[in-house]
Amino acid sequence: MANAATLDSGNPLLRSVREFATKRAILLVLIVLVLLTGIFEPNFLSWDNLINVLMITSVYVIIAFGEGPILLTKGVDLSAGRVVGLTACVAASMLQRANYEDKIFPNFPAMPLLVPIAIAIVAGLVVGLVNGSIVAHLKVPPFITTLGTMVIAYGVVSLYVDRPPRGAAPIGGLRDDFTNIANGAIPISGNLRIPFIVIIAAAVFVFMWVLLNRTRLGKNIYAIGANPDAAEVSGVNVNRTLTVVYILAGALYGLAGALQAARQGSATNNLGYTWELDAIAACVIGGVSTTGGIGTVGGMLTGVLMLTFMNNALVFLNVSPYWQNIFKGIIIVAAVAVDIRKYIRKR
Amino acid sequence: MAANEYVLELNGISKGFPGVQALDSVSIKVRPGSVHALMGENGAGKSTLMKCLFGIYMPDEGDIVIDGEKLVFANARDALNHGISMIHQELLPILYRSVMENLWLGRFPLRSFGPLKLVNHRKMLADTKAVFEELKMDIDPNTWLVNLSVSKVQLIEIAKAVSRKSRIIIMDEPTSSLTENEVEHLFEIIRNLKSQGIAIIYISHKMEEILKIGDEVSIMRDGKLVGTYPAKELTTDLIISRMVGRDMSNRFPHRDNVPGEVVLRVENFSSPEPKSFQNVSFDLRRGEVLGVSGLVGAQRTELMEAVFGLRPVVSGTVILHDKVRRFRTATEAIREKVALLTEDRRSTGIFPILSVYDNILAANWRNYIRRFLLDLKRGETAVAKSIEALRIKTPSAHTLMQNLSGGNQQKAIFSRWLLLDPEILILDEPTRGIDVGAKYEIYSIIADLAKRGKSIIMISSELPEILGMSDRIMVMCEGRMTGILDGKKAGQEEIMRLSTQFM
Repeated sequence: MANAATLDSGNPLLRSVREFATKRAILLVLIVLVLLTGIFEPNFLSWDNLINVLMITSVYVIIAFGEGPILLTKGVDLSAGRVVGLTACVAASMLQRANYEDKIFPNFPAMPLLVPIAIAIVAGLVVGLVNGSIVAHLKVPPFITTLGTMVIAYGVVSLYVDRPPRGAAPIGGLRDDFTNIANGAIPISGNLRIPFIVIIAAAVFVFMWVLLNRTRLGKNIYAIGANPDAAEVSGVNVNRTLTVVYILAGALYGLAGALQAARQGSATNNLGYTWELDAIAACVIGGVSTTGGIGTVGGMLTGVLMLTFMNNALVFLNVSPYWQNIFKGIIIVAAVAVDIRKYIRKR
Repeated sequence: MAANEYVLELNGISKGFPGVQALDSVSIKVRPGSVHALMGENGAGKSTLMKCLFGIYMPDEGDIVIDGEKLVFANARDALNHGISMIHQELLPILYRSVMENLWLGRFPLRSFGPLKLVNHRKMLADTKAVFEELKMDIDPNTWLVNLSVSKVQLIEIAKAVSRKSRIIIMDEPTSSLTENEVEHLFEIIRNLKSQGIAIIYISHKMEEILKIGDEVSIMRDGKLVGTYPAKELTTDLIISRMVGRDMSNRFPHRDNVPGEVVLRVENFSSPEPKSFQNVSFDLRRGEVLGVSGLVGAQRTELMEAVFGLRPVVSGTVILHDKVRRFRTATEAIREKVALLTEDRRSTGIFPILSVYDNILAANWRNYIRRFLLDLKRGETAVAKSIEALRIKTPSAHTLMQNLSGGNQQKAIFSRWLLLDPEILILDEPTRGIDVGAKYEIYSIIADLAKRGKSIIMISSELPEILGMSDRIMVMCEGRMTGILDGKKAGQEEIMRLSTQFM
């Protein structure tokens, strides 16, 4: 009809190629980036490096899976990074080796591995509950709400970590069984191995995919993003859905925090600083609309891969960190400029 | 200007989009100082033709001749500069700015202040007052638009067109959200414009209006011009048959529903807002269509949204199937098989960026769950059935809702509610902005539902629709119920009298 988007007519093959390129532009750019870097630096395509990138991606993607659904509801979560920092410290503080000299809780009993991780997830979940309740019931805009909780989370984690006479030193000396979750792997052959952390991230991916595509909650998230008033009239409990989305995000940040502490083998109160911006950038690069209602789990993953691969490639190519930031900024804007073509109507 | 018989000639305009020929060699001639009505079903090509004239689309073929001069418009500003203005159906005012700033936006009068050019507010105010005086409009130039009614905002658009010295003003469904009195005021202004030699192209679905205000009527069907006729020679039936290309002797379907026992009783409903509905009581029977009539502002929508649980009440009870049951949220109402089709499709009905599929199932997901997950296949089947049953024109179930025409969007939302198998269906202006053919289909759906024992409340501002479809008619005025009439015996005059009882 008159206002349906149309592409230039002409060669149908050319047209379908162009259509594919517009739809999957980011994925194409990602593949080109990886291949090009591989040509200049063959080591970039070694199993060791690829697995390393996937491991870095694993933590970030879990954060993005928390942030993404919030963006889908027209919201934003600025507290993500600080919550990751908070939960990383919570997990680390309970998983120091018994014989480590600089323990934050010297008399803490050894606990089964899963307990501290669960506590970290619950800590994130509580922040999410606070965020969600304020957004849903007090109607404070998400930007403001999470700006507040972001600052509060930093205050809380600093209080938690900085205990006289110890000071705000990193929480180190983590138990091997804990760090093994993040750094261990199932060997396949030679250098090829599947890290546990990648398996965890993959499980979260499947969980999120099912949640957004095959559950009522997922459908309601998209409906709220597309038209919150129509959702309300259709019987969607908008407040409850929003609260659940923030709670879910908090829990995912908690998981990400625990995994990050395990990966680093330590945690500080500064861990996670500005990571929410990376998560938002990744989602947006992956085609999630900040005006809500548009975006996929696959897109979020692609966005995170794009960012981590680019960072890694620039390191490989010996580009200075300052230039890395400049490239990252350009990619964020350029990716959205390309992606938005899908939605701009043609005359 | 006097040299030409026509101020505007559209000669053989064609415009195609991939897969559809939207306009096929359409020629229309418009005389200065006349109201030229343009009619046709949705999708007949009226909007596309006007977009070609207004420079939004480039026609593939054909000429636009204004005052004997062949012109090509590259964009809307070009058209504006050549004396063509368009008043869109959906107005886009800047709500939190003043009337005069809206009026002169993009062309503020300026005043030099050394090297600076500053906005001359004094001149802007004087110019605004001059235009309003010319048009006999009584609007404070300094008030924010958010404080004005839709009709006033529309009048400001007309004032804008006049202030641009437009010779041709296109009005797209200008009365769709106006009250009877406001329509009369608009017509006065249109007559005033005519006397100044301005030509009006008037797009509307409302026959009575066209016959009242139009001088000539061009009717379009399927992208082609059926013909241009003097309004005096036309009747409602003639217009309809030429629009749809078939005889439509009856605008409303035959109904043989038999109202039964009372299923819903609303007693002493009062809003916390004193100006909204107060002390309203009514009941609804099984298999009945209860029409709710009144002027815009009679608080009919507010009342029904409160019954549905979307608005608070300070007093009153709802008795549903002999049980006291007041809904606090839409979710509760839906659980009791009560559905509400809202008045404003765009703001509270559709999810524009989601698929037709998601739109139809939006209120129904709970019925499509198997072992915690959605059973999308069963959903597909249900949606396919709905699309077929209501004859929703869409390329596929996964087309985005925003690409459907208004009538088809409305049918999709209808099927959203029908899938719930509601016992009580509240319809708020169910045929607003929908073409004749789709209207008849929606009337048929309503008649069929009533026959199957469903109870329907239908709010409508169109009297023929109220009279043609209702078993009983409830009339409201300024938040109060002023009468309940028998649908078969009621007349327009009686309804109008009750609608204005407190005015």
